[in-house]
Amino acid sequence: MEAVTPAGSFAALLRLHGLGPRWDLPAGGGRLDPPEGTTVLAFRYADGVVMAGDRRATAGNVIAHRRVQKVFPADGFSAVATAGVAGIALELVRLFQTELEHYEKLEGRRLSVTGKANHLASMVRGQLPMAFQGLVVIPLFCGYDEQEKTGRLYSYDVVGGSYEETDYATEGSGGRDARLYLRGAFSPDMAEAAAIDLAVAALVSAAEEDTGTGGPDLRREIYPNVVTVSAAGFAEIAEDRIAEAARRAMERAR
Amino acid sequence: MTMPFYVPPEQLMKDRAEYARKGIARGRSIVAVQYAEGILILGENPSGALQKISELYDKVAFAGVGKYTEFEQLRIGGIRRADLTGYAYSREDVTARSLANAYAQTLGHIFTQEVKPYEVEIMVVEVGESPEDDRIFRITYDGTLYDERRYAAIGGAAEALVSHLAASYRDGAPLGDAIGWAKAACTAVIDENGPVAWEAAVVERTDRRRAFRRLDPATLG
Repeated sequence: MEAVTPAGSFAALLRLHGLGPRWDLPAGGGRLDPPEGTTVLAFRYADGVVMAGDRRATAGNVIAHRRVQKVFPADGFSAVATAGVAGIALELVRLFQTELEHYEKLEGRRLSVTGKANHLASMVRGQLPMAFQGLVVIPLFCGYDEQEKTGRLYSYDVVGGSYEETDYATEGSGGRDARLYLRGAFSPDMAEAAAIDLAVAALVSAAEEDTGTGGPDLRREIYPNVVTVSAAGFAEIAEDRIAEAARRAMERAR
Repeated sequence: MTMPFYVPPEQLMKDRAEYARKGIARGRSIVAVQYAEGILILGENPSGALQKISELYDKVAFAGVGKYTEFEQLRIGGIRRADLTGYAYSREDVTARSLANAYAQTLGHIFTQEVKPYEVEIMVVEVGESPEDDRIFRITYDGTLYDERRYAAIGGAAEALVSHLAASYRDGAPLGDAIGWAKAACTAVIDENGPVAWEAAVVERTDRRRAFRRLDPATLG
């Protein structure tokens, strides 16, 4: 009966139609080596939260894709970034985006930031059986809290644990290096311009140390994705602005 | 054992249609008017909480008159169908035509098969790349589907509203004009003390993915 599903849940509707994504796999299957997305990061700044990710996907020691997107709008006031198996991550993000919009249209209002973060946690938990097969996806989530007038940032673990972060969070193979960089340079009251520069610089620093992380590719014109979430909503930073930050960061890293 | 009385099908359909029409006539009507940059939907609605106009999908909007619970159920069904299609295939595969067809099927089925027909009339509108691609579909309580051009109205006063709009309508007008015509038409058919509050929204030609936008009282004047 439909009454037992929570109000406006798109995932529940998919299951009702037998179209829900299958995260469970038979045990002891062959080993897969699917493309994995690597480094994403997010931190709070004066107006909200900035979120960024490199563009590389690797399969083992092979570069699988040079231009993947790992940072996405979740809805008008939030963003999600993913690290881990790229194919599953894309599906997870698409389902999450549809879920938020579906709820918003049915109920006439957006879910609260906490509501969105909790729902994402349950989606990560739902793919635990696949995590045991080595197919792991871990997101970062940020949103602008329209009631509290502040940006909020959440990190996750493989079993769906959701942790609200007050300063910065990173994920993926280069996450440790990016975090080290952020630890030295982060301050919570940065203006937007400084925050964009720092996000790109932290990714450049991660790419210096981690083979899985793709640094800015000036020759092919491939630059990291950087987005902000603030009182004005979700905004994607223009590529030439990121290119400028990337060139400066690489000058300094030399 | 009692035998049911024989009722000729003509009589049955007539009774049902009359029942549905009476229910619809009790509520307020809604108009849709095409303008240069999209389609306006406007109606009188004293309640700020219970809305009759809604977003269905990126370029598609819905409006219903009559019994609230019944058109609300249709609205939810439409959003579910649109989101399922868009998720299973692609966002551009969701069209007003397919949604309007589904609504016509549903209402037609309910009209003939269920104990009582739905006392509703609904509209599905879609903004296209150019004014020629704009769509206004109107579906009545018995599942009849109308493909309207330029303007349309649903509800008990629909005929009067359409003749008011026909007198004022021009192609390629700005939004302000369309709001003026729609309000004038609605005010003309409302008796008693005049309108209390408006509910209005547009689907507009824009670069944004979601073209639906509600109009605030300041814009409506």
